[in-house]
Amino acid sequence: MEDMTIDEKLAVDKFHVDEGHEHICVDADASPSEIERLVKLCPAGLYRLDGTGRLTFDYAGCLECGTCLVVGLGGVVRSWSYPRGGMGVEFRQG
Amino acid sequence: MGQEGKSEVSEDTERFDAIIVGAGLAGCTAAYLLAEKGLEVVVIERGSFAGSKNMTGGRLYGHSLEKVIPGFAERAPVERRVSKERISLLTEDSGFTIDFTSESLKDPSRASYTVLRSKFDSWYAEQAESNGAMFIYDICVDDLIVREGKVCGVIAGEDEMEADVVLLADGAVSLLAQRIGMRPAPTPQATAVGAKEVISLDERTVTDRFGLASGEGCAWMFDGYVTDGHIGGGFLYTNEDSVSLGVVTTIGDVDHSATTVPEMLRRLEGHPLVAPLLEGGKVIEYTGRLILEGGFDALPKLLDDGVLLLGDSAGFGINVGYAVRGMDLAIESGRLAAETVCDAKRAGDFSAASLASYRSRLEGSFILKDMRFYRKFPSFMEGTRNMFTSYPEMVEEIMMGMFTVDGSDPVRLKTKVKGAIGKVGLWNLAMDVKHGMGAL
Ligand SMILES: Cc1cc2nc3c(=O)[nH]c(=O)nc-3n(C[C@H](O)[C@H](O)[C@H](O)COP(=O)(O)OP(=O)(O)OC[C@H]3O[C@@H](n4cnc5c(N)ncnc54)[C@H](O)[C@@H]3O)c2cc1C
Ligand code: SF4
Repeated sequence: MEDMTIDEKLAVDKFHVDEGHEHICVDADASPSEIERLVKLCPAGLYRLDGTGRLTFDYAGCLECGTCLVVGLGGVVRSWSYPRGGMGVEFRQG
Repeated sequence: MGQEGKSEVSEDTERFDAIIVGAGLAGCTAAYLLAEKGLEVVVIERGSFAGSKNMTGGRLYGHSLEKVIPGFAERAPVERRVSKERISLLTEDSGFTIDFTSESLKDPSRASYTVLRSKFDSWYAEQAESNGAMFIYDICVDDLIVREGKVCGVIAGEDEMEADVVLLADGAVSLLAQRIGMRPAPTPQATAVGAKEVISLDERTVTDRFGLASGEGCAWMFDGYVTDGHIGGGFLYTNEDSVSLGVVTTIGDVDHSATTVPEMLRRLEGHPLVAPLLEGGKVIEYTGRLILEGGFDALPKLLDDGVLLLGDSAGFGINVGYAVRGMDLAIESGRLAAETVCDAKRAGDFSAASLASYRSRLEGSFILKDMRFYRKFPSFMEGTRNMFTSYPEMVEEIMMGMFTVDGSDPVRLKTKVKGAIGKVGLWNLAMDVKHGMGAL
């Protein structure tokens, strides 16, 4: 099996992206150690640090696992909800 | 896109006997049985079809579904019946494997099957539907209607729907149970995150590479290197023409090392024991999910006026670090919830006092018996990091000693074993064995 990056793996999944409706809002000014935790834990690798060490986040590849809700609510995560009904990731295998 | 074909909830509030939130295994079981008894039941699911939001590791112990649909495995889209169990201790470049095969693993009363939830849950929802249950997809329940302390229905956007009883089968995150104060927000120490990928291989290749008979499958757990010292482990389940490969790690353990969750999965894929088995395979899906692992001592309030918690939303599950079990518990809780609701319907009373028989049913079932049995396991795991670090290294050293012939001076096996154990410390080993046995 070829070695794949997390982005290549996510690209295989089916998403109904709810454009303009971010179901997770993050705070890039939260404490760096908290951000670091989410960089490690998010299974989709959506919490990233850019070249200047600042948090970037893209809700579009979210697997809706709830990990950042458990770890980050009130800190890095300003608000968390599921995408609207029928939107978001759709598992064809599960 | 998902919004097309969105089923509208009727304006003039319809009334049902029961509303079930979530078309997972717990929700589908309750719907199947309540509809069979002639109750008006509706399942509301936020995904576009049952299973579209659900993932699991891969192994369903069949005993509880067998009680709902006897002989289900003949008809349901199960992948393979597990006939081979493997457990491996990994270091970066070695693997020590226990391989167990037995004809008695195939006995229907104790058989287990690998499953893929997208297919499996869709099938289960169809069975419930043919019993008369109604399913509404593409609707996310935002809140519950609560009057004078009693749950009376659900709210989704502008729409409301009422029922005598609401069954929350909305999974591990269960925002709804938290919202009405039945469950506290999960803590990082009592939760784990799982990531999994499905790798396609043809049916024959899976059968041959894992040394299986046709239709039979392998369940494989990995401990050690993959999680980089974190509590957790890896798993592999063979499907009909694919393999489910994943990792689980405790969230509260995140500061332990710099390895990310996606990186843990890459460690497993690339490990010399695993990589050759995946040769030529293609990743066809990547998923992630939360696991509650607080166990018996973290159980929430399981029922209240007009409401019951089922499956993962009730925290029903057993996690022994490397292996997770929740599906057979989710199904059994769905069955017990249905029995409870039928009794309450007969009595015309859906108060907490009337629904309290759910608790006693759970107490009498394997759910709370097994969870009580494993109650010390979460703290045992926290107490012994050696399981994930030094033990795999110790075993590697002993095995290398046994299997290496390179012309150097011979050393007695006893001395080799002593040397390897010495690094962990005999006292530590003895204490871990003692506590480990005590936790079981
Ligand atoms: C990595 C991993 C490996 C595992 N391995 C195994 C294993 O090998 N064997 C085993 O037995 N168990 C395993 N488990 C546990 C098992 O997957 C769960 O216990 C099981 O899926 C629980 O089923 P459920 O019906 O309670 O919840 P779920 O399957 O999570 O279903 C919940 C449903 O509710 C819906 N929902 C949620 N919120 C709303 C809302 N607000 N409105 C409408 N719908 C909503 C969801 O879309 C979903 O369909 C594993 C879990 C993980 C994460
Ligand atoms: S819910 Fe899970 S997948 Fe989505 S952003 Fe949070 S941690 Fe990542």
